[in-house]
Amino acid sequence: MIRLRSFIVLACLAWALPAEASKVTPITSPGGLKAWHVHEPSIPIVTINVAFRGGAATEPIGKEGLAKMLASLMDEGAGDMDSQAFQRRLQELAVALRFDSGRDSFSLSIRTLTKFRDEAVALADLALTKPRFDAEAIERIRAQVAQNIRRRSQSPDAILSQTFFKQGFPGHPYGRSSEGSEESIKAISAEDLRSFLLGRFAKDNMVIGVVGDVDAAEAGRLLDRAFGGLPAKSLPIDVPETRLAAGGDTLIVRRPVPQSVVMWGLPGIKRNDPDFFPVTLLNHVLGGGGFNSRLYEEVREKRGLAYSVYSSLVPMDRTGILLGGLGTQNERVAESIEVLRSQLRDIAEHGIRPEELTAAKTYTAGSFALRLDSNGAIAATLVSLQMNDLGIDYLDRRVELINAVTLADVQRVARQLIRPEAMFIVTVGDPQGLQATRAVE
Amino acid sequence: MIVRASLGFVTALIVTLASAAAWAGLYNPKTFTLANGLQVVLIEDHRAPIVTQMVWYRAGSADEKPGKSGIAHFLEHLMFKGTSKVPAGEFSATVARFGGRENAFTSTDYTAYFQTVATEQLERMMELEADRMVNLTITAEQVDSERLVILEERRSRIDNSPASQFAEQVQAAQYLAYPYRIPVIGWEHEMRGLTREDALDWYRTHYAPNNAVLVVAGNVTLEQLRPLVERYYGPIPARALPPRLRPDEPPQRSARRLEMTHPRVTDVSWRRGYTAPSYGWGEKQHALPLQMLAEVLGGSQTSHLYRALVIEKKVATYAGAFYSAGNLGPSQFVLIVNPVAGQDIVAIERAVEDVVRDVIANGVDAADLERARTGMQASTIFGRDSVQGAARVFGAALTTGRTIEDIESFPERVEAVTLDQVKAAAKAVFDEARSVTGVLRPRSGDRS
Repeated sequence: MIRLRSFIVLACLAWALPAEASKVTPITSPGGLKAWHVHEPSIPIVTINVAFRGGAATEPIGKEGLAKMLASLMDEGAGDMDSQAFQRRLQELAVALRFDSGRDSFSLSIRTLTKFRDEAVALADLALTKPRFDAEAIERIRAQVAQNIRRRSQSPDAILSQTFFKQGFPGHPYGRSSEGSEESIKAISAEDLRSFLLGRFAKDNMVIGVVGDVDAAEAGRLLDRAFGGLPAKSLPIDVPETRLAAGGDTLIVRRPVPQSVVMWGLPGIKRNDPDFFPVTLLNHVLGGGGFNSRLYEEVREKRGLAYSVYSSLVPMDRTGILLGGLGTQNERVAESIEVLRSQLRDIAEHGIRPEELTAAKTYTAGSFALRLDSNGAIAATLVSLQMNDLGIDYLDRRVELINAVTLADVQRVARQLIRPEAMFIVTVGDPQGLQATRAVE
Repeated sequence: MIVRASLGFVTALIVTLASAAAWAGLYNPKTFTLANGLQVVLIEDHRAPIVTQMVWYRAGSADEKPGKSGIAHFLEHLMFKGTSKVPAGEFSATVARFGGRENAFTSTDYTAYFQTVATEQLERMMELEADRMVNLTITAEQVDSERLVILEERRSRIDNSPASQFAEQVQAAQYLAYPYRIPVIGWEHEMRGLTREDALDWYRTHYAPNNAVLVVAGNVTLEQLRPLVERYYGPIPARALPPRLRPDEPPQRSARRLEMTHPRVTDVSWRRGYTAPSYGWGEKQHALPLQMLAEVLGGSQTSHLYRALVIEKKVATYAGAFYSAGNLGPSQFVLIVNPVAGQDIVAIERAVEDVVRDVIANGVDAADLERARTGMQASTIFGRDSVQGAARVFGAALTTGRTIEDIESFPERVEAVTLDQVKAAAKAVFDEARSVTGVLRPRSGDRS
């Protein structure tokens, strides 16, 4: 009943992508703003996604959590509308303005019905150029953030990721908490918010994706209305290059929970690395491939050690990490890590099999287009491609780049990156029979 | 409600639903039913060469036998273990081979499986999904190993988090008899006892075309879809289904109160849930007005609760309301407050009760209701952007006693809700005797 498909299907998918890509048009607004645009008139909605370079990693020392707090305050009143008036206006128009911050960037997503697109971009302009940062709103958000920080201080997953970054990037901005601490949150003033905003939100520092029921000319007009009021120049970003401190440390944060959570890492590569696809394919086979990866098979399917087990290539602006995780009962942490290590050893020594490479290639070639299944997903992808300087022709080149990867390429990057003895491991819980290499609070 | 088997005599019927004028063309689904009882819904979307297949079974955790909690979810996991025709792992490998996505989920009222793939892969997906509707094979070893996996899933979802532990206790107290009191993932001691026979018994009882809804959304036409459905799902025989009878909820006559302290809780949190009607249970006419009430009372920063407790009285960092109408059984209308650190819980309750009393006496403001209406109607347009989301809307509705017309007419029904109806719904739902109040507190002194 199951027939083996020939690779003709792969060729079909390879062609499906440029057909999609042909819909993406680079546009320049009358005011000079550049964006990538897809005209998709079948649903009367418009999505505009924007990213500004520089996120939590650019926060001043002692003001950790500033970017996240700013994201929470950007829709809390602007111009002559206080928080309540601004929120009511958004609701009357059914406009969503979503601000968010990451370690390396700050983002805004505007989603509106076509009929309210002008009002939507006017509100975005107001939020970006005339935010109020009223004392009432700042104190309210500060109390929410502080409570959230306290909650996270007892969450195994939050402790895990904080400890991983703090101990993995000591002294580097990536090691600082992007949530902030109760203390650093207290120190943040309206002036801090304004100066962060002025330094980062500028025309030379942003990329834009527009998707939906709006043609190119109209899109340009909307962009000028939304972002024309931003300053031309941003402040330089001063975040040094770094590398995960992977010297074979195993750290344990003791907490009385029934399941230990484990995160491990090795230095990876950045998005612009020529080995991006060899490493992506390697990771897919190791632990990135959902229900089909080696770690899933060995840790979950064969041994029932974990519900969640994965690995992931995490490219950042100043480094890259090959990162993985799992959660297992305290009694089986040591065994799980042993299985993990032996899988890393095997892939480092022997690389992957030809049929694994083929499956990883066809998956990676096909999954990209399959994820472009909504205007929202397309807008997010347009922004991410531009943030990574991939160029609009990337959509046409992508499948070629994947197909060009050889078994020897994957073998080479496996040998370079997968060093089981160097693995940096953090565990939060009460793992039995696992030795820490040094103490951590 | 009782879903009766329609065995063999239902002639295939194609209905294209035309919705009424103002909101014509919300999803415009097409539907037909096979002779074996399989209901099929197609939502066409030709923006991209992508298609989602979802098979929904009218069987969820609330349909489990006593003592077998978690079996619906356990079987969902075991459905990935292969069939007499397709070895373990082959289905998932086929989905992934060309970049597809798949998963499955179990709720109190349904279990569903889905794949999102390139259009040309749809036929394979149908072949494989139809195959595992009847040909599942599982070994004792697979069951033993997968039981460990669901126990780890329970640890990560519930046991590692005091808030989730408490939510599970509160849920059990909310219902005196209705099986929503039992967690979907199961009680740990019962999960440990689940066997291969339990799983196969669940499978043979509930997995049949006449107990399923096939939802396909994406780049395919009815003319292309219909022969594929007939070829792969058509030959599967219908089964005699047990009536979908569940222990019903008796009158609730006493307000209940739960408190839990835990060393890993840092801040007090408060919630009060009122057992409430839904689209499938109780005084159903209140369900839609309650959805709008939840929005006005606690759906945003401009809501009554947020304004009163967070902005005006400054006793809370957050206050909101939640209500889900789409259950087959009794729902809950839940109020949630995160008090400001050190705030007296009595003052919090008084402030919430003031808001509730006011809404019972005076109803809600017309402008507030209009904003809620705008948001709910717009969400149906934004909802069309996600192909998978659209498929979920229909799958959930059709497995919980609602119809395609109910979904298509939603914007018009929202348009028709009046201030009086919202007030009447508030009056009906806010009955102390049907409430469960839960307070989760830090246990001072021994925090690690």
